[in-house]
Amino acid sequence: MKKNLGILAVIAVVFIVTAIGGDGFLSAFNLYNLVERISLYAIIGIGVSFVIVTGGIDLSIGSFIGLCAVTFPFLVIGHNVSLTTGLLLLLTMSVCAGLFHGLLVTKLDLQPFVVTLCTLMMYRGVARHLVSDSTMGYSDERFQPLSLMVGRLSELPWFEGQAWARHVPVALLIMIVIGVLAAVFLNRTIYGRDLMALGRNREAAHLSGINTTKMIILAYVLCSVTSGFGALLFALDVVSVQPSTFGSFYELYAIAAAVLGGCSLRGGEGSIFGVILGAALMRLLMNSIQMLGVSDALEEFVIGFVILLGVIIDVIVKRVVAKRRARQQATVAAGAE
Amino acid sequence: MSESEPAPLLSVDRVTKRFPGVTALKDVCLSLQPGEVLALIGENGAGKSTLMKILAGVQLPDEGTIRVAGNSVTLDSVHTSQSQGIALIHQELNLSGNLDVGANIFLGREPRRFGLIDKDTIRKKSRALLKRLGLNVDPDTLVDHLPIGQQQLVEIARALSVDARVLIMDEPTSSLSQHETERLMQVVKELRCDGVSVIYISHRLREVMELADRVTVFRDGENAGELTREEMTHDSMVQLMVGRDVSQFYSRQPHPPGDVALEVSAITSPLDPGQRLSFQVRQGEIVGVSGLVGAGRSEMLEVVFGVRPTLQGHVKVGGRQLRLRSPVDAVEAGLALVPEDRKKQGVILELAVRTNIGLAGLRRHRRLGAFLNEAQEKADSAAMVKKLRIKTPGDLQTVQFLSGGNQQKVVLGKWLAMEPTVLLLDEPTRGIDIGAKHEIYTLMDQLAAAGMAILFVSSEMEEIIGMSDRVIVMHEGRITGELPREQLTEQSVMQLATGG
Repeated sequence: MKKNLGILAVIAVVFIVTAIGGDGFLSAFNLYNLVERISLYAIIGIGVSFVIVTGGIDLSIGSFIGLCAVTFPFLVIGHNVSLTTGLLLLLTMSVCAGLFHGLLVTKLDLQPFVVTLCTLMMYRGVARHLVSDSTMGYSDERFQPLSLMVGRLSELPWFEGQAWARHVPVALLIMIVIGVLAAVFLNRTIYGRDLMALGRNREAAHLSGINTTKMIILAYVLCSVTSGFGALLFALDVVSVQPSTFGSFYELYAIAAAVLGGCSLRGGEGSIFGVILGAALMRLLMNSIQMLGVSDALEEFVIGFVILLGVIIDVIVKRVVAKRRARQQATVAAGAE
Repeated sequence: MSESEPAPLLSVDRVTKRFPGVTALKDVCLSLQPGEVLALIGENGAGKSTLMKILAGVQLPDEGTIRVAGNSVTLDSVHTSQSQGIALIHQELNLSGNLDVGANIFLGREPRRFGLIDKDTIRKKSRALLKRLGLNVDPDTLVDHLPIGQQQLVEIARALSVDARVLIMDEPTSSLSQHETERLMQVVKELRCDGVSVIYISHRLREVMELADRVTVFRDGENAGELTREEMTHDSMVQLMVGRDVSQFYSRQPHPPGDVALEVSAITSPLDPGQRLSFQVRQGEIVGVSGLVGAGRSEMLEVVFGVRPTLQGHVKVGGRQLRLRSPVDAVEAGLALVPEDRKKQGVILELAVRTNIGLAGLRRHRRLGAFLNEAQEKADSAAMVKKLRIKTPGDLQTVQFLSGGNQQKVVLGKWLAMEPTVLLLDEPTRGIDIGAKHEIYTLMDQLAAAGMAILFVSSEMEEIIGMSDRVIVMHEGRITGELPREQLTEQSVMQLATGG
């Protein structure tokens, strides 16, 4: 919690500045959309943080999202597969992708960067080829039951007729549920502890009797399954899906959210709440840039710059703390003599 | 120092070096005359390596002065140190195996002609240097193709090529055969005649007695004493190293052993697939494993612990044959391994003492199939901190801020909380202070008395002789012999360790 105070402060500052300087930022419409976007990005950020905790990386998330988003209507509309079967196939596909990544990383000891860089390109190619590069739509009424997931909370039976629920996206609820499950997994189960330990020192974890191979594979599977589910949400939200671009760079947003939230790419460090805040800051910045009338062209620059700044400040703070600590230890040691 | 003595070539005056949590050197002094062989001895963790790193320009001291030929110098880089004529030969050789001998000797200082490397000059000069060391190899030979003993001589040739006046040798014989060792000692004697000064660091007291003009002893980062050639005896040196009566320091009191706890039958040697390894360890027994560096001792433990595959043969614990596919199986069978490299393999530095101690027991104590049992972890950790007297402000402290000895106790605590029947220890006292060492010896004795079977690998002769009920000696991947406690001497062990 203490670690997240910095990013919370930055979010507060950006929020206040935009609220004062930006027209329409505080409108119900804008805030609703902002919260929904934050929720979707936080979900894939949570997914990739499992892999990052092990010291790995998954660069294929964006194109895997593209592949899933294309495949689902391809099955349901194109081949008249039932919604349930379609969902099961999507889940199977996600599990297989994760297994594929995890097995290559552990059994063949390939670098995660290389493995997922290759699958990034492969998934995109498959997605485009599968539907001959044609746009896929989610407006068909067969998708109606699923569309609830990107609707308003008031559309759900439990919240029917409650005024406030009309301003809350269902995606936020989904994100919170996933976040709580992920946090419990990471902090309260032996598996989460395994991941944290092996992310810091794989050999020591292995020699302590932890099945590191199995756990790393599990992390990649969790990441792919989360991306597959995220793909569905993103696709239902925007309704039309271009095979060649849908999901592009999402992996970078997910990774950036995780890093902003305190995950170290060296592994072993990360909190789910932090990742959610990271996603929130990133989407908030994008929104602010629009609201404050900053040139769209500068959007990527600003986000990249802010993330870099955050990481630099984090490193400097850590160094100062470590130095102060070393000095204290030295004086203690000197005093003991 | 009396007035009549010549000014020392190298002098170290009241040097202090602190690391987080530990003072590695405290006001140490050392002097070296031209053409002198000074032996520097001390137990692991006495501060020898730290001082050598300071002299080699790898680390700067916090306090104190270093003089070369009477002038105060600041050795702030390896280069500065070399230009002062100081050369360090590491225990692990620093050669590029993929380059030839000549290229290694002149690495970073290649003579050039028209801007290109002048191979002819390299060959000529290398040949001359190698000849001086009595090494008859072609400078174009790849270093990887030379045996360890000859690689060592290549390192020395490199040091001589920069006109080193002070040659520091850190455990130069730890991986050499008997013959190679003799050759090396001959070279050192010849260098002395040429006026080169040598600081010779070794655990082999026999070599020290043969070579050294003088011995400086370190203990716990301080000067423990100095012995002239006349005062040098095995006992006088050990006495200074451990700082007390040896028989009290190694607190082993053997009892009659119980049933066979660990039985290793004809497993394939990891270093030499043609060899099979067999041995037993009984309940309540402490069995030492000795041998040169690279004899395959750690690798043998790794097979027993499931880190390396058991190619042939089998491992039985308590009479039950194990299928060892990974350490997971070994842990389940009641085995525990305290690995050689504490920081890389033993502890997870960034995690808390409590988390480290709980690591091995995560599965055994889990609740509802998957959840952490934090109460159990807390209790285990508290019990181990108390039992092993781990010095830490609290068990939520991260392990990196603990001293080496306390880190090692954390590793031990992790395993003792699992109540193993067989404890495998790989260099359990490497790099820890005398006090913690003594505590670990006492603990080993207590655990054995309570019926645990202990198999421990050590490169420290004193420790092997002092603590073992029985010693298995290895050489180049095979077991060359077994010695009962009554027959343990440095000579008998070295005899087997260098090939029998």
